[in-house]
Amino acid sequence: MNSVKRKKLIDNLFTYGLVVFCWIAVQALSATGHMTNQINGLLVPICMYVILAVSLNLTVGISGELSLGHAGFMCVGAFSGSFFTKLMAEAIPSLQARFIIALVIGALTAAFFGVIIGIPVLRLRGDYLAIVTLAFGEIIKNVMNVIYVGVDNGMLRIAMEKKANLNLSENGRVIIEGAMGITKTPKASTFTIGIVLVLITLFIVQNLINSRTGRAIMAIRDNRIAAESVGLNITKYKLLAFSVSASLAGMAGVLYSHNLASLAAEKFDYNMSILILVYVVLGGIGNIRGSIISAIVLTLLPELLRGMNNYRMLIYAIVLIIMMIANSAPSAIAARERLLEKFQRKNTKEAA
Amino acid sequence: MSFLSCLISGISLGSIYAIIALGYTMVYGIAKMLNFAHGDIIMVGAFAAYTIVSTLGMPPILGVIVAVAVCTLLGVTVERIAYKPLRGASSLAVLITAIGVSYLLQNLALLIFSANPQKFQSVVNLPALKLAGGELSVSAVTIITVVTCLVVMFCLTSFINKTKKGQAMLAVSEDRGAATLMGINVNGTIALTFAIGSALAAIAGVLYCSAYDTLTPYIGSMPGIKAFTAAVFGGIGSIPGAFIGGIILGIIEQLAKKYISSQLADAIVFAVLIIVLLVRPSGILGKKTNEKV
Repeated sequence: MNSVKRKKLIDNLFTYGLVVFCWIAVQALSATGHMTNQINGLLVPICMYVILAVSLNLTVGISGELSLGHAGFMCVGAFSGSFFTKLMAEAIPSLQARFIIALVIGALTAAFFGVIIGIPVLRLRGDYLAIVTLAFGEIIKNVMNVIYVGVDNGMLRIAMEKKANLNLSENGRVIIEGAMGITKTPKASTFTIGIVLVLITLFIVQNLINSRTGRAIMAIRDNRIAAESVGLNITKYKLLAFSVSASLAGMAGVLYSHNLASLAAEKFDYNMSILILVYVVLGGIGNIRGSIISAIVLTLLPELLRGMNNYRMLIYAIVLIIMMIANSAPSAIAARERLLEKFQRKNTKEAA
Repeated sequence: MSFLSCLISGISLGSIYAIIALGYTMVYGIAKMLNFAHGDIIMVGAFAAYTIVSTLGMPPILGVIVAVAVCTLLGVTVERIAYKPLRGASSLAVLITAIGVSYLLQNLALLIFSANPQKFQSVVNLPALKLAGGELSVSAVTIITVVTCLVVMFCLTSFINKTKKGQAMLAVSEDRGAATLMGINVNGTIALTFAIGSALAAIAGVLYCSAYDTLTPYIGSMPGIKAFTAAVFGGIGSIPGAFIGGIILGIIEQLAKKYISSQLADAIVFAVLIIVLLVRPSGILGKKTNEKV
């Protein structure tokens, strides 16, 4: 094993270790009774945001495509997963089994949508791609908002706009109810499952990045024309990254929908996509571990500021702007380097 | 007749989108950034006018002037504090900063004016125009919106084509480095662009709220996104493109609301955008750029 490979392996193991450490820390804290209800309620959402941030980083950081429609894939996953869990309530009595199948279904449905949307969309570049992904996200949200799905006598019925349009028989039941979405999904998401899903996500993404395919994807990001000229199939690799990213978002959606009693399409608007993008950018574009940390910190931050009530989102906004300027402004980077150099020189002087 | 009145309301809504999209497209053309906070400038403009007209009881025209002044100042300040330090940074960093500014403005408005919807008193108090023997009634706001849009469009094109400052703008958007070498004050030109864009946003905000009469801190985000869509639709960076894109988008939205489904109107608007971009990847009037190795 050469040294580069070993370094990468250690780096990856460190990331897994970080996640496992979080799990152990939470277990220890809750065993000693240090967890408040408020933090307990945040555990599953944190796992969900970590998965979303890591998966979006695959599109934005590794594949280099700015996507503003990640919430759309999450929406598709959440609805298909919850739909399955509710539909199969009698056929498969075990909630755990249903949940696991729902996760797979959510991921597959989202991947399917990723391919369908990706084929036309990935031809566009830069800001045009951003607006089109945003548009697709909004379309998914809008359509889910007016769709009604019911079931009676083993038949699925789909209608738009009104519940009455379903024409359900007496013994039928409505599963997806327009703007109300899906209500009373059984709560199956737990922190442990969330952590397992985070680990699966990391496993998929990190192995993809360090594979031949991942290197091809990054080559296309860095120079599309050069990559094409050495015979890489641009569409194939871009589509692969996009749909893997979509399917992971779908999985996070299922985790989300099995954590709350009600699931409405309204939640998955472009603000949600932007929120995830903020995690990715603040964590460092293309940096998987950074995405994990920023997703955890930025989910906790507004909650920890809850004592300040009305001012918390204001503070969040100011922190966001200051962090972006401190991290990315050319003058701030130069100042930081100067400071670091001064510090190092001082150290060497002292050592001498 | 109902088709005609629907078309007119579409043109009116489209005019508002066009005014906002002009600001979007100018800022994009010159600073090469997606200014996600542009929608919230609209909201600030509307609130400024609301404060002057409804709270202080001043005449509407003063409300419009104050709204324009406040937004111009705000636009320039935001550019100076938040965007200028990031010049030369990655476009994604600027995008996230703009989102931060958007959150900031929304939450400031939330603190000052609360989340409850306020009733916005229209700045236009003229009777509706009756056409075709009273069958077709066109409200005064509609007429003023369309006229304003045309005037703005005319002024903006003459400004850019006939004045030195306008030519400087074109030069900066074409090639920033070369413009600097030709002695153009690039920072000043960018600030001017933000000032004009924000002033337009203020006008759009007042017109939008006069037509739809409710006002919340989140009022700007949806028209902002739609106007952004309109700008991309027409070819981002192109001024006539933003105008055409805005009008077409407004008409499609109103027709879809009337004849297809009111809940799916937004989805239809976005679907049309996607189809247009797939056929013409740089919008209707956008420049086609060839990529070189």
